[in-house]
Order: sequence, then C-alpha cells, then structure tokens
Amino acid sequence: MSAKEKGEKIAGLKVTPDKFLPHRYAGASGDFNPIHIDKEFAQMVGLPNTILHGLYVMGLVAKAAAQEAGGDPRALKRLSVQFRGMSAPETEIEVSGEVIESDGSDVTFDLIAAQGENQVIRNATADISYP
Amino acid sequence: MALKTDAVGKSWPAYEYEVGREKIREYAQVMEIENPVHFDAEAAKAAGYRGIVAPPMFVVVYAAGAMGPVLFDPDVAMNFAAMVHGGQEFEWGEPVISGDLITTTTTCKDIYPKDGKGFYVFETESKNQNGDLVCKATWTNIVRGIEE
Repeated sequence: MSAKEKGEKIAGLKVTPDKFLPHRYAGASGDFNPIHIDKEFAQMVGLPNTILHGLYVMGLVAKAAAQEAGGDPRALKRLSVQFRGMSAPETEIEVSGEVIESDGSDVTFDLIAAQGENQVIRNATADISYP
Repeated sequence: MALKTDAVGKSWPAYEYEVGREKIREYAQVMEIENPVHFDAEAAKAAGYRGIVAPPMFVVVYAAGAMGPVLFDPDVAMNFAAMVHGGQEFEWGEPVISGDLITTTTTCKDIYPKDGKGFYVFETESKNQNGDLVCKATWTNIVRGIEE
C-alpha cells in the first residue's frame, strides 16, 4: 500500500448511528453522561434531543484515518481534534479529509466530521505511518 | 466567579486499568472496526502482536477513569453545568494488548481565561506493565461564563 500525496483526498467514511448507539457506546466507554442516553434530561438542559459522545465521533475520525493505511492499529500515531458542534443519532455522519503532508511513508491528514452543514469536528489532524 | 487556577501543576495518583479481551471486542464492535486483530488472538499474533490488540481510541476506556476524579477535585472547581469538551489530542506509543495493566497519571497543565470562557488543559500519560508509554493525551475542557 502506497501513501497518498499532498492534496489528495482520503476515502473517508459515512455512518448513520442508530437510536441506541449512544447507549452501546456508553457501555463500551464507561461514559454514562445522561445527555447522551436520556432524552428528557437532554431536553431539560436545553438540547433538542440526546447527542452523540464527542469521543465516539473522534473514534470515527480515527477509523477513517487508520483505514487509509490498511486499518492496522499501529498505523495511527497521533490524532488531534477540536469539538465544534453537537451531533445527533439517526443522522448520517461523514468523515472526509485530505493529505496535508507526505514523505511517502509518514503522512498527515486534515479531517472533518460533519452532519450535513454541521461540522462536529474540524481542524482534526492525524499522523499515519504506512506499514 | 473568577477563574480559579490553584490546580495548575498538580498531579493526581496513578489510575490502574487491566485490559480485558471482551472489553476490546465490545469497543471494536461498537465502532464497527472489523479487523480480526481486535477479536481473534491467532489473527493478532499472525500480525505481530502478543495477543488481541486494542484499537488506538480504546484509550478512552483505560484513561478516562484517571480523568474522572480530577474533574471533581475542589482545586479544579470546574462548573460542570457549563462545561464542554473542547479539544482532544492523543499520541500513541506501544500497542495495548489484552491482559496489559495500564497505569495512567494525570497532570493539570494549564487553566486560563479566553473570550469569557475558562480553558482547562489536562495531560495524561499511560504506560503498560513494562513501563512503555502507550498513550499521551491532552484533554481540553471549556467552561462558559467566567469573569476575567
């Protein structure tokens, strides 16, 4: 597998988390903050509905970055993100990105995770080492 | 309320987490990561790992327990009701394998005001039972509505 060149887009990914994804992610991660799993609580604090865990969405960004190098867990060396919006279950999330640096084996991507126009994560940078 | 910065430079006692095979599988399943190295020991060994390997972002499982008590520390005195997770960085070292004992220590790197918000920056360092660094993380929490 050869590394992409500067300016090339990554394959990215699209996923629509189902209604109960935040429950499963809470169980897997241990983060049971009620804004993710209790609609009444979420609405009480002024949200339209439950929201996805930010670190779940970051996990999707990590997955999209690692996939570029064949999905080996050793490939992802660094990932930095800024959380800029809230995201909802039952709505498609798209992770996209492009190469901003490449020396043929070590590559840096700039990535975005968005639900439509809502950029949930932006200014994400990932360092990947191709095997 | 003026921003309290007493916690800057403070470190907290190490938090230990023993990595279980089923927990790795559960995390990989939720994230729909299909690589067999996260599910099957033989596949993991064939790929050069000691055993079933955790996805990099499994750090949220073994390091988050170190962050919990920190956020409730009275020296930090964070207003949870107005807190959002602003940013996150992970730098990975040695892979994390089923059966590893991961020790995570937390330090408060900075607390500063900006644009009427309080920025709280924590660093965690997670090492395995051999003392190898597995992940260094920077967690940035933002609290709205502070006085500067």
